[in-house]
Amino acid sequence: MSTQEREERTVRCLIAKVGLDGHDRGAHVISRAFRDAGFEVVYSGLHRAPEEIVQAAVQEDVDVLGISILSGAHNTLVPKVIEGLEEYGAFDDTLILVGGIVPDEDREKLLEMGVAAVFGPGTPMSETVEFVREHAPDRR
Amino acid sequence: MTPGDSDGETTERDGASTASGAAGTERDTGGDGRDADLVDALLDGEHRALARVISKIENRAPGYRDIVSRLHEHTGSASVVGVTGSPGAGKSTLVDKLARAYRDRGETVGVIAVDPSSPYTGGAVLGDRIRMASNAGDMDVFFRSMSARGTLGGLSTATADAVKALDAFGKDRVVIETVGAGQNEVEVVRTADTVAVLVQPGSGDDVQMLKAGILEIGDVFVVNKADMDGAGRTVADLREMLHMRDGDASGVGAAAGHHGVDGDGRGADANGAAGSDGPVGAAGDADRPDDATDDDWDPEVLETVATDGEGVGELLDTLDAHRAWLESSGRLADRERERHAAEIRHLLRSDAAALLERELDARGGVDALAERVRARETDPYAVADEVLAPLADCVGEGRETGDRSGDE
Repeated sequence: MSTQEREERTVRCLIAKVGLDGHDRGAHVISRAFRDAGFEVVYSGLHRAPEEIVQAAVQEDVDVLGISILSGAHNTLVPKVIEGLEEYGAFDDTLILVGGIVPDEDREKLLEMGVAAVFGPGTPMSETVEFVREHAPDRR
Repeated sequence: MTPGDSDGETTERDGASTASGAAGTERDTGGDGRDADLVDALLDGEHRALARVISKIENRAPGYRDIVSRLHEHTGSASVVGVTGSPGAGKSTLVDKLARAYRDRGETVGVIAVDPSSPYTGGAVLGDRIRMASNAGDMDVFFRSMSARGTLGGLSTATADAVKALDAFGKDRVVIETVGAGQNEVEVVRTADTVAVLVQPGSGDDVQMLKAGILEIGDVFVVNKADMDGAGRTVADLREMLHMRDGDASGVGAAAGHHGVDGDGRGADANGAAGSDGPVGAAGDADRPDDATDDDWDPEVLETVATDGEGVGELLDTLDAHRAWLESSGRLADRERERHAAEIRHLLRSDAAALLERELDARGGVDALAERVRARETDPYAVADEVLAPLADCVGEGRETGDRSGDE
């Protein structure tokens, strides 16, 4: 048991619903998929403000922050979250993912801001899980 | 381009976060200089450092023991409340309201919410945070979700250590929230000074279930969702059972149970003043023969409606009263000593087990020994004696000169 504890570090994720859209089906599905992949998932609940997401990400010390936005407000909300993370020194070692409907031209902008990947509708769950496994920050 | 896959990219951060941030990106293990920096950053009030320390504690990361050792001298000022109860009883919602009430009094709060994890995948969805709506965006409420991770006994150590981190950080109040399901959780909640047990109304079976273990550890019982049918009945059931508990403990308390079940306990106990349930100096129980202190704490039964905050003020008062009683009766120090004794024992056990595990490996591993036992070449007792022999010899030698006081 003790050896296992030492070798395997559990990946912690925050799945966040930010802003006004009330569609959390995707967030639920991804939460469960992550859980089944052996990750620890903190789910934010609906309608969170960027500050709340920052608070949760900092306090929970998550490796991965998955932001689900279906309202189209990603261009305003995501930068606010990133700014907040920077303020607490939590930006550089947090893997930021965005899920939802994001037009191609916005996608580039998000990636430039520091989002690691944008997953649109229909992305196979295994792809997202695999991405997290590969890219979760190593931060001992 | 991504923050995640570029480990070497950034050690520079904005000035606000110094040591704590840097600790996150460096990769090598050990090096207590960095751990010392991390502890300093925590003591300086950096949230990120606190969060990272708790992660290290949770992960049993290299160096975590040293960190906790460093923290210890800075602890002891927070008062710790444990909240437990069956799933759906409203723990998270109540804890949220409780934290808000503490904040309104100008106190800072740390919350540790423990959720079970899947024994199959190790994964978990930690949902308690959803209910923390009253304190959204308030960084003076530090809320942390922890998963049980299936480590028997280890959870209580990890929780106790996380409480120390919050305590050293300067939190006035620390709340531990856990599902009151089994031994593990009972252990966890024991790391608190005051334990509140939540019960749902109308769940006669629930109250029955409490008999096993949870009833004994509660200092305060809270019937949440008190606006539901059957709340009064549940309050009455609880009171009766608590008197039975007292009876079991002292042998004479049964007399106190004869104040009957008044079908509607609701409303009668505005501040726990009802009948013989008063917290301090309940005269009826004063003449217990085998209790030196005649001011025992009698567990209170309160009612709350967590969703709209009803009864939270009374709960707060009762928690404060219990705390005051702990201090004035000297029980606080007793509990602390008990806790530390358990901690020491637990650490010794797990360290000794690790030591023996190595000894086992040196002897070809436990599987080989098991095979020998299976072939009837030897037996488990003989093997245990054999493996333990060097350790016993060492301890024995050390004792030869000194006095032996530690064996039980």
